[in-house]
Amino acid sequence: MIPILLKVLRTGIRSEEAPQVREEWRVRAASMQGDILRMLGRALVIRQVDAGSCNGCELEINALNNPYYNIEGLGIRFAASPRHADMLLVTGPVTRNMEQALRIAYEAMPEPKLVVAAGDCGCDGGIFGESYATRGGVASVIPVDVAVPGCPPTPVELLQGILTAVSQVHAPEARITSPRA
Amino acid sequence: MRRLRGLRTSPRALPGEVPAAFAGVDRAQWIEAARGAHEDGHRLVALWGADHRGRRHGFTAYAAYALDSGLCVLALQMPAEDPSYPDLSGLFPAANRMQRATFDLLGIVAEGAADTRPWLRHGAWSEREYPLRHDFDAASYRQNAPDRYPFVRVEGEGVHEIPVGPIHAGIIEPGHFRFSVVGEKVLRLEARLGYTHKGIEKRFEDFPVAGGHRLAGRVSGDSTVAHAWAYCQAAEAVAGVAVPSRAKWLRALLLERERVANHLGDLGALGNDAGFGFALGQFMRLKEDWVRLNAELFGHRFARDCIVPGGVAFDIDGAQVEDLVRQARVVHGEVRVLRDIFDEHSGMQDRFITTGRVTPELARDLGLAGLAGRASGQPADLRVDHPLEPYAELAVKRVTLTAGDVAARVKVRFEEIAESLRLVEAIATGLPAGDRLLPLPTPAPGGFGIGWIEGWRGESFVALEAGEDGAIARCHVHDPSWQNWPLVEHAIMGNIVPDFPLINKSFNLSYSGCDA
Repeated sequence: MIPILLKVLRTGIRSEEAPQVREEWRVRAASMQGDILRMLGRALVIRQVDAGSCNGCELEINALNNPYYNIEGLGIRFAASPRHADMLLVTGPVTRNMEQALRIAYEAMPEPKLVVAAGDCGCDGGIFGESYATRGGVASVIPVDVAVPGCPPTPVELLQGILTAVSQVHAPEARITSPRA
Repeated sequence: MRRLRGLRTSPRALPGEVPAAFAGVDRAQWIEAARGAHEDGHRLVALWGADHRGRRHGFTAYAAYALDSGLCVLALQMPAEDPSYPDLSGLFPAANRMQRATFDLLGIVAEGAADTRPWLRHGAWSEREYPLRHDFDAASYRQNAPDRYPFVRVEGEGVHEIPVGPIHAGIIEPGHFRFSVVGEKVLRLEARLGYTHKGIEKRFEDFPVAGGHRLAGRVSGDSTVAHAWAYCQAAEAVAGVAVPSRAKWLRALLLERERVANHLGDLGALGNDAGFGFALGQFMRLKEDWVRLNAELFGHRFARDCIVPGGVAFDIDGAQVEDLVRQARVVHGEVRVLRDIFDEHSGMQDRFITTGRVTPELARDLGLAGLAGRASGQPADLRVDHPLEPYAELAVKRVTLTAGDVAARVKVRFEEIAESLRLVEAIATGLPAGDRLLPLPTPAPGGFGIGWIEGWRGESFVALEAGEDGAIARCHVHDPSWQNWPLVEHAIMGNIVPDFPLINKSFNLSYSGCDA
């Protein structure tokens, strides 16, 4: 136990500040009430769905849980079921083999259904495009609120995309700020 | 062994840096050579096919075997009207899914195969369509047909099934697992993959040989360096260019850094799956530091698109060499402390030891590859067995254990991190001067080349055929997960359901790498 405690003490706290939102990544206007967004901003639950990615985006989404990004410290956590989720975070060019599973996950979510498409493939199919095997971007299958480009997007960019989805245009007071700040 | 027993034709050497031979065979030799390979204990590395009707050669089936002297690629031409080849899965069980995938994509039949269920085709295209045939209409939209996959049923008193996926509970790739259990004990697991099939091999036909590395680097996100390097070896072989020494050393630097990054992430996740969150925090922190230096030095956190046909797209200077050496030493010290904590943690060891065991005999019979193979007594490591520059002079230390359980796969990772950190330092300080990139000549149509690289997970293999005007006629990228997925099904037998995430993570196989 002592070596573990020593290691924890020597490591210290590494968490960094939350980044700013990126309004230019918003695909459709925010439709939710500011007070709901404010609430979600402090306790947002995400269900991540890999709809056909190469797994690069998942590596970076997993990194959001590391001590530097400390996404749980912002009140955001990942859930196992879409029924517990406020947001779907979807990667991949949406393969035809995952299309139905993605629709089912979306339908299983309670309202309001926020969707963030992550990565170049999630935006428009990326390098894989649209083909006999893929539908292209996530928006060709379910409505998307925010699309985050990158191959893969960095953890900071992913966080910006997530925070953009729970901020509101023209209502800066509703934007999330880091509870740590 | 220089050549395959049972092979009567004399193979010709393939161009490029990978030691490899190629032989056209008839049906009788195809199967005799496979028997010889099986009896002599050689590995089947990959099986794939191609549509050569445009050249009036019907279809071709390929099988690549690993011999002591290097690779041996056999090609069997089949008539356009009856494209079939003798089944290999009876000798090499790993061929089962490769043959089914090859049929789904090309419509060439493994004659005599016991299992002919579809693998990649879930209903996105019809039974009589084959996407890799040149007359396939790739652009037209198809309505998904209903998907009814006949899983193998286990019967008996108290047996029930737990279907899991394709969407899993965590932030991981999609696939379906069908557990047959009694109480908590798993009697049988059957995986069904193919959910992330993106049509990559068809997409390659839209790329020039000089640009296909970008697609190869996106076959499996965590192996972008290994696959891109293997692709570039193949591209350079068909184009007839020898890469400068400095480029080879810089490529090896990236490959070892990819190995360390993935091993660090896996050790954290394995600790976490055993209920030890401290491990996740510590190893994820080290991995983050590691990929941040990648971004600083190579312009990308995973070094994507850094290896290009003809060389590498980046270079480093003396100050950056110091950064690399300093970081390797810091991580070495930190991992040593964490390893002691792992070793002393009885609760975690209790979860690791004897869990998810694959015996060396089973590993040999089923062809377990790479890191997981080395934890089960299968010593293959291309960096040691067929060392190309710079590995020939770095004398890589091979890690082989025999316990074959989660604990062994954890230990292989610790040992390989230490060795790769040594290699990172040796490569960074030993970089030869000179060019880092040469122009890639336009390859002649019909040129065939291969790539073969020991990635962090195992052997990455690429077969490339050049088309007209520098285009890609056919590119097959093989991830070692093809060999290893069936072993996960064996590893879980007799274990309890809650240990599945731990066992699965200890292999950490790629879904996208096989689904392609």
